[in-house]
Amino acid sequence: MTIYLLCLILFCCGLYCILRKRNIIKIILGIIIAEYAANLFFILVAYRLNGRAPIFSPDTTITNMVDPLPHALVLTAIVIGLATTALLVIIAMRIYEKYGTFDITKIKELKG
Amino acid sequence: MTPTSHIIPLFVAVSLAGAFLISLTAKKLKWLPDIMGSLTTLILLVLSIVAVYMTNKQGTFVYNAGNWKLPSGISLVLDPLTSFMLVTINLIAFLTAVYSVNYMERFTSKWKFYTLFLLMLAGMNGVVITGDMFNLFVFLEIAAVASYALVAFGTEKHELEAAFKYAVMGTVGSLFILIGIVFLYSYTSTLNMADMAQILLQKPKANLTLIVSVLFLMGFGLKAAMVPFHAWLPDAHPSAPAPISAMLSGVLIKSLGIYTLCRIFYNVLGINSSLSSILMFLGTLSMIIGGLLAIGQWDFKRLLAYSSISQVGYIILGIGLGTPLGIAAALFHLFNHSVFKSLLFLNSGALEYATGTRDLREMGGLTQKMPVTGTTNFIASMSIAGIPPLNGFWSKLLIIIAAVQANRYGYALCAVLISILTLAMYIKVLKFAFLGRLKEKWNKVKEIPRFMSLAMVILAFICIIGGILLIPNISNIFLKPASDILMGGKNYASIILEGIQ
Repeated sequence: MTIYLLCLILFCCGLYCILRKRNIIKIILGIIIAEYAANLFFILVAYRLNGRAPIFSPDTTITNMVDPLPHALVLTAIVIGLATTALLVIIAMRIYEKYGTFDITKIKELKG
Repeated sequence: MTPTSHIIPLFVAVSLAGAFLISLTAKKLKWLPDIMGSLTTLILLVLSIVAVYMTNKQGTFVYNAGNWKLPSGISLVLDPLTSFMLVTINLIAFLTAVYSVNYMERFTSKWKFYTLFLLMLAGMNGVVITGDMFNLFVFLEIAAVASYALVAFGTEKHELEAAFKYAVMGTVGSLFILIGIVFLYSYTSTLNMADMAQILLQKPKANLTLIVSVLFLMGFGLKAAMVPFHAWLPDAHPSAPAPISAMLSGVLIKSLGIYTLCRIFYNVLGINSSLSSILMFLGTLSMIIGGLLAIGQWDFKRLLAYSSISQVGYIILGIGLGTPLGIAAALFHLFNHSVFKSLLFLNSGALEYATGTRDLREMGGLTQKMPVTGTTNFIASMSIAGIPPLNGFWSKLLIIIAAVQANRYGYALCAVLISILTLAMYIKVLKFAFLGRLKEKWNKVKEIPRFMSLAMVILAFICIIGGILLIPNISNIFLKPASDILMGGKNYASIILEGIQ
C-alpha cells in the first residue's frame, strides 16, 4: 500500500510543478515527473508478490509470475512521452528565441 | 475474418501511407503534396461511405489485428456509430485538404503541413475505429501530438504561446486518461472494450468505476473543451492556420473528446443517472459560458473558438439526456456543427488571405468584393444560429424537444436563450465584416482563389440540404443506427463478441 501512496505523491509533485512553477522548463520537468508516476503506477499494477519474470524455459516451472502485458504497454507510453517532451522542448526553445524569457508571467500576449 | 472486414485497417493505413509518401518524396516533386493530400482524403471519404453501406447491410464488423482471437488481441471495430464518425471526419478532412491547396501557399514547406495533417487524420480515424482501450490511447496521442505541432505551424509569437499552453494541458489530460485505463485494466485484466464491458457487468458494482469515470471525465472533457477544462481552446484554435482551425474545431474535439466520452460511458462503463446529470450540467455550463465570452470578441477566429465551446455544450447536453431522441439529436448536431463551424473557419481564413487581418472592426462591406465568401458566411451564420430551414435549426430544435420531453425545462430554456445569443453574435460578424459600407483600403481586395471557393461552396451546400438527414429513409441508414448503438448500452459487448469477424 505504501508504494502506491508514494507513487501518488510523485504524481502530485509533477502536477504541483505544472501548476505552480513560472519557468517553462520547470513546467516541462513537471510533465515528465507526472508521466513517470503514471508509468510507474502501471508497472506496480502488474506486480505480484514474490513474482518473477515471465520467461519460460524447459527446466523450470513458474508458479508465480508478474503480468507481462503492462511492461509492453508502458514501453509504448514512454515512447509517446518522449515525442511529447521533445515537441515541448522545441516549442520552449522557439519561445525563448521570440520572447527572450522562460517566465510564463511575461509570455502572455493572448488574452480575452 | 471475412474479406470485407479488411477495409477497417485501411482507414489508418491509407492516411499513414499518404503522410509517409509525402515526406519521402516532397523535396524532389514539388507538386506532389497537394495532389497526395487531396487524393488520400478523397479515398478515405469514399471508403467511409462504403463503410456506411456495409454496416447498414450487414451490421457490425470486427477485424482482429495479427489474427489474434478476440479478447486477447487488438480488435478494430466497424459499427454504425463508427461509420457515422468516419464520414464526418473524412468529409471535413477532404474539403479542408482541397482548401489548403491555395491557402497554404502563404507558408513555407507545405509538405510538412500535409504530413502532419495526414498524421492527425490517421490518429482521429484510429480513435474512432479501435475496439481496444490502450490502442485508443495511442491513437489519441498520435492525433494530439500532430495537432500540437500544427497549432505551432506559423512559429510566430502567438502561435508558439498557444501551442505550449495547448500541449501542456493536452498532455495532462492524456495522463488522466492513461491512469483511468490502468485502473480499468487492474480491475478487469483485459484491454478489449467489449470484453471489459462484459466483465464489469459480471463483477459487483465497485467504487472503482466512479474513480475511473471522474478521471475520464477530466481527460476526455479536456480534449472536448468542456467548460472547466476549456482554457486552451480559445488560444489554440485561432492560432493555427485556417484549415487546421477548421479541422480542430470541426472534428478533432469531437472525435477525441465527445466520441470517446459517449463510447466509454455508454458502452463500456455504463451510464447512470448521476453521471448523466453531471454531463447535462457541464454541457449547459459550456453552452452559457462559451456563448457569453464569444459575444464580446473582436477577433473573428477567437469568436468562432468560443462559439465552438458553446456548441459543444449543446452536443454534451443532448448526450447527457440519454433519451433516444436526445442522443440522435446530439449526433446530428455533431455532424452539423462540424460542417458549419469548419465552413466559418474557412471563411475567416479567406478573409485573412484577402485582407491580412482578423479584426472585425477593421473590415466592412466585404461582400461586395468577395461575394462567395460573403454568401457562404451568411449561410453558415444563419445555420449555426438556428434559422430554418438550414441544418442547424433542425438539430437544435430536436435537442430542445428532447430536453422538454425529459422534463428538463431549465436546460431547454437555456438552450433556447443561448440560441438567441448565437444569432446575435453572428449578426455582429455579418454587420461588421460583410455588410455596410466598403472601407477605402479594401478597394483592391480580390475574391479568393478557385479551390478555396470550391471547398466553401460545397460546405455551404451541405448546410442547406443537411436537414434531409432527418427524413426517415435516410435517417434509418445514417443517424438512427448510430444512436441505437449508444442506446443499446452494454449490448455493445455481445454485438462485438458475436460480430462478423
